[in-house]
Amino acid sequence: MITLHIEYFAALREQAGINSQSLSTDLTDATEIYALLVNQHGFTQTVDDLKLAVNDEFAPWSHALSDGDRLVFIPPVSGG
Amino acid sequence: MFELTDSDIDTDALRSEHAHDASGGFVSFEGWVRDHNEGRSVRGLHYEAYEALAVREGNAIINEALERFDVRTARCQHRIGPLAIGGIAVWVGAGSDHRDAAFRACRYIIDEVKARVPIWKKELYVDGDTEWIDCRESENSTSPK
Repeated sequence: MITLHIEYFAALREQAGINSQSLSTDLTDATEIYALLVNQHGFTQTVDDLKLAVNDEFAPWSHALSDGDRLVFIPPVSGG
Repeated sequence: MFELTDSDIDTDALRSEHAHDASGGFVSFEGWVRDHNEGRSVRGLHYEAYEALAVREGNAIINEALERFDVRTARCQHRIGPLAIGGIAVWVGAGSDHRDAAFRACRYIIDEVKARVPIWKKELYVDGDTEWIDCRESENSTSPK
């Protein structure tokens, strides 16, 4: 069992209704984690819409998660 | 340097930091908040950033510009928080010995910032509605909604 810290921004933050959460799980696959959170929060974005950041760096979805990792699912950006 | 700020962007101060005796050209770009988008009347914007990664990615872009183009100075500042119509959302500046490099670096930085840096824009409409904007639907996009 690992504990992950998940932070939300923009559309995902509003859909979740929270800024962040901790999750204790046996899963180490970010795609499976996101699927779990879709069930919890009803996110409309799919994995194909999002990028992943682990510990404040972009990471591939195949990145194996470890205890204490901080995750951010990044919706399509729109700065500028 | 790439920075986020929740205060008004001071263009004179940013410009003066590019002063260099060897630079013969300076190009800047300002992104302004306009009063319409895709047929809707806009009354303002709200920018939100994933600050740690935005600063990291923004500085990577600045360093890429310094490496790829023959510029002496390159800088970008981006607003977060609420902005009214006419406000400056983003400022990019580049200085170089000759103008071509400064033009190209400035264009490169704004294009990459818009595509890569985790900053999100929420449009506030005159009719009271709000919407997070998806850059894939913007002017340079080729992908369908």
